[in-house]
Amino acid sequence: MILRWLALRETILFGAILVLLGVIYTRFPAFVAPNNLIRVFNDTSPLILLAIGQMIVILTRCIDLSVAANLALTGMVVAMLNVAMPELPIAVILLVAVCLGAMLGMVNGILVWQLQIPPIVVTLGTMTIFRGLIFVISDGRWVNSHQMSAAFKAFPRSTILGLPMLSWFAILAVILFIVVMNRTTLGRAFYAVGGNPHAATYTGLNVGRTQFWAFTISGALAGLTGYLWVSRFGVAYVDIAGGFELDVVAACVIGGVAIVGGVGTVTGALLGALFLGVIKNALPVVNISPFWQMAISGAAIIIAVGFNARSGRDKGRIILKRAEAVAPT
Amino acid sequence: MTQIRTIPDRLQSPWARRLKSWESLLLVVAVTIFFLNSMASPWFLDPWNLSDATFNFTEKAMIAFAMALLIISGEIDLSVAPIIALASTAMGFAVQLGFGTPALVLVGLGVGLLCGAFNGVLVTRFGLPSIVVTIGTMSLFRGISYIVLGDQAFRGYPVDFAFFGQGYVWWVITFELTLFAVLAVVFGIVLHKTNFGRAVYAIGNNPVGAAFSGIRVARVKFILFLLTGLMSGVAAICLTSRLGSTRPSIAMGWELEIVTMVVLGGVSILGGAGTIPGVVLAAFIMGLVTFGLGLLNVPGIVMSIVIGALLISVIALPRLWERWRVR
Repeated sequence: MILRWLALRETILFGAILVLLGVIYTRFPAFVAPNNLIRVFNDTSPLILLAIGQMIVILTRCIDLSVAANLALTGMVVAMLNVAMPELPIAVILLVAVCLGAMLGMVNGILVWQLQIPPIVVTLGTMTIFRGLIFVISDGRWVNSHQMSAAFKAFPRSTILGLPMLSWFAILAVILFIVVMNRTTLGRAFYAVGGNPHAATYTGLNVGRTQFWAFTISGALAGLTGYLWVSRFGVAYVDIAGGFELDVVAACVIGGVAIVGGVGTVTGALLGALFLGVIKNALPVVNISPFWQMAISGAAIIIAVGFNARSGRDKGRIILKRAEAVAPT
Repeated sequence: MTQIRTIPDRLQSPWARRLKSWESLLLVVAVTIFFLNSMASPWFLDPWNLSDATFNFTEKAMIAFAMALLIISGEIDLSVAPIIALASTAMGFAVQLGFGTPALVLVGLGVGLLCGAFNGVLVTRFGLPSIVVTIGTMSLFRGISYIVLGDQAFRGYPVDFAFFGQGYVWWVITFELTLFAVLAVVFGIVLHKTNFGRAVYAIGNNPVGAAFSGIRVARVKFILFLLTGLMSGVAAICLTSRLGSTRPSIAMGWELEIVTMVVLGGVSILGGAGTIPGVVLAAFIMGLVTFGLGLLNVPGIVMSIVIGALLISVIALPRLWERWRVR
């Protein structure tokens, strides 16, 4: 039991993060101070939110490269909405962000479900379309901090029990999706569809529709993050979160989500995101140029995917394996 | 996702098939866009303008040829634009060390080959999915460029190095256009007239079947990755020579346009089908569209909406059509 738990991907990754923090501690003890760790977690929260959505999409044998563009487009829309109607309550803004993000995700989902276009092509296409749309609606102009209302900017920074709202959203999303993935039929359907689409079809699951819901969830999370991102940094323009989709995929792959589908956990995505987040925040502290970050996440993706392929070879279909382990021998 | 293909009782005549092919549709589209462009702007039909317009697609098309083969074989390489960035950075670095033009060309091609080999080894030796591998190398290769250059730029390329991107072979015919034409013929012959080309199709349609019929699947795929890297190196030489400087953000987003070009050219993204003439026509169409929109003062980012929509609709429309016909 303990051995099996130790061999878990998540445990190894958690250990790796601890080792990483330990190494940084020997040189810069201040980095591991609780306050700073909270700051690192808060800074990584957008990545965690997106990684959860991406994990679900990848589970169903798809990939969503449009998340960062979705984030930027939704962010721009809510920022412009706020400028136009500053008295609009934050709850409405949040609702708009989640719904708009979900709708953009549905566009991806419908193209994949109804027209069977390969997800990578769909999301490469929508990625540029969404970015282009930001330019069209904003006319290339920035929405700056002084144009946004005070409540709009204050929301992600407001703290509850010492944690900023942004972090709470990440924590709530982690808890919500752990429950969804393990305790609902939809959650199990994501695993089944990715693990073996043919078998899933025979058990009565609609593979395309399940993929559609995966894209919708990923889009909704991206939309939510769009508002949080724009209000936190106090600026919205065409290129915000440019290339962030790669970090999101990297977080998933590092977190043990198999790109061939069917294998992955919310905890894995969370830890993968935290791993990247710690590295990103540690680089300036240990005096390495931030220009290294891109190459490091690239290398991390390659190493992680190689590692996954090695360890995943004998795993097979996850649901059957689980059933075998539970069955008395 | 598997497509069911029925075998018809009687084949259509070769001419009817040719008329109904994707390539003839592309030809019609290309001619229409050409016509519309010449209507829309009085400056379009100037030979020098048209010659400038070819720069919109020549470099991308060189990579698209190799990418077409790779996609037909069932793999993909999303790291081509970062390979350009890395090769260009290496050439800029070589300039700082005082190397001349021949050495620069070797450096560009060499880095392209090395990057292609790196992708190829990861995909064929370790059996990793090419999408993830090249998403990883995409950020790795460009990341290395950023490490080397940061927010700086390499300049000071030798004068004779400018020929590759700015030189004219005859009248308005640029060196790049000539190279594009030569490569189109070479790739056309390789894909359509050689055993290697047949092997590429076979692998794309059924890799296991191909392996059982004696094709060295891994080796062919590895060669295709090498080829894609090499062509990215060639494109890097042309682009660097044309721009005369290297920044780490060079050729940003090109992988999307190149994949769009290949798919627009009728290459199945699932592998196994596609032709080089189709890719050539698609290159012309994309060049004409961007050039025409440019003449109409449409900003670049709006053009990217057009490219993105084009990518999705070229795949979506035939499927919608099929569905409508079945009803």
